[in-house]
Amino acid sequence: MAASNLKVASLSLFVAFMLTIMPLPEWVVEFRPDWVTLVLIYWAMALPAKTGVTIAWLAGLMLDVSHGAILGQHALGLMLVVYIVHIQHQRLRVVSLVQQAIVIFFLLLLKQLIVLWVSGMVGHAPVTWLYFMPTLTGAMLWPWIYIIMRDIRRKFGYRVDY
Amino acid sequence: MQTLFLRGPSATLRMIILVIISLALMTADHRWKHLDAVRNTLSYLLYPVEYVVDLPIRLYYWSEETLGTHQSLIDENRQLRDLQLQSRVQLQKLDILEKENERLRRLLSATPKTTEDHLIAEIIAVDVDPYRHFIVLNKGSIDGVYKGQPIIDAHGIMGQIVYVNAMTSTAMLVTDVSHAIPVQIDRTGQRSVAFGTGQTDYLDLRHIPHNADIRVGDKLISSGLGERFPRNYPLAVITNINRDTGETFIDVRAEPLAQLDTSREVLLVWTQNHEKPTPGLEQPVAQPVEQAAEEPVEELAEKHAEEPVEEAAEESSDGGE
Repeated sequence: MAASNLKVASLSLFVAFMLTIMPLPEWVVEFRPDWVTLVLIYWAMALPAKTGVTIAWLAGLMLDVSHGAILGQHALGLMLVVYIVHIQHQRLRVVSLVQQAIVIFFLLLLKQLIVLWVSGMVGHAPVTWLYFMPTLTGAMLWPWIYIIMRDIRRKFGYRVDY
Repeated sequence: MQTLFLRGPSATLRMIILVIISLALMTADHRWKHLDAVRNTLSYLLYPVEYVVDLPIRLYYWSEETLGTHQSLIDENRQLRDLQLQSRVQLQKLDILEKENERLRRLLSATPKTTEDHLIAEIIAVDVDPYRHFIVLNKGSIDGVYKGQPIIDAHGIMGQIVYVNAMTSTAMLVTDVSHAIPVQIDRTGQRSVAFGTGQTDYLDLRHIPHNADIRVGDKLISSGLGERFPRNYPLAVITNINRDTGETFIDVRAEPLAQLDTSREVLLVWTQNHEKPTPGLEQPVAQPVEQAAEEPVEELAEKHAEEPVEEAAEESSDGGE
């Protein structure tokens, strides 16, 4: 059970990484939501016993490598977001999708800010408000992501952790 | 489930440990840049993702070649043959000039200018950070790619390699905010440094005084002073000069010649400098081949005998036109 559980989770993570590096037309690039963070937030909410901070941290390191960023930059942000979801997963589950999306907005904002601060410290922070667009698009897409991921999880017959 | 009561504190503890590790990693990566091994290992995991993302595009090119009509292939073939003829005619002339140049260098007992090695690499169609100008290439350390290696396309310098993995490598384009390249103006030999701006369509030229002879349309070539880029490769064309008398230097913008957005194939260049850095034996002449060939031998010999290497480079290129 645990092994196949991991299979679906890692497959969804693989797809999230694909969506992250998939080439897009110039004008939508800045709106690309942070897929890896969104997927990990879902798994941290549904299967908190299996999706912990360590997995989030490793996924963050991979994001760093794919972005050519400083190692640890995305890892730190992603891990902290997943940590918050991890300890609050029971509260997050019972609220409505819209309320969830609002919480997700602030979580994504936290991650973007951590990444921005580190970029600023090493001297190449982007200087446009568009930098925060992925936060907004991610939060707006959250209800759909949640429903799709839940259906996938149910289709494979995994029950949520308590 | 069995960890019901342990979960909370253990997650918090792990979080704190990972925060500390992250901070240590970031410091280590930024200050000492010794984490290439970690990056390399993680890139193995990332490679399948990059491969799958790139697959449809590769399929598209493949099908275009395979399913192309007979007529269009013949047309393309004919065009390419014409082009090859033209380039070969130009090369003939260049070949003679190069030989002549080498002879002159030997007369001056200067280090002979060595040829560079090239390798064609393909850009893997992946998007990285939208605020950085990075591209991923399909050649890595197996092919001998090294950190700091220059990459060019048919029109000019594109950038340099910043991370080398086993099968892929990441290159920073000249337009990235943290990129700078020493250049000189083709026409006058005026030296400067071209800084990336984060915009794909222009570079910033800094430290150019008001009295400098510089015009819109001047071509910028690499000066080779940083010992990273080979010299005399075209980089950009000056598009905009803003002379504000209140400022110490003039504000110059140049548009990169290389097709940074649309190139699919790039050329990796191995420079002599990288393989065998021999201090004190820098190549002394920093001017285009044609000029070197036209200048009388005695004049060149005098200059190089009397002046230190760097000034000689400046002088001879100043006197070129």
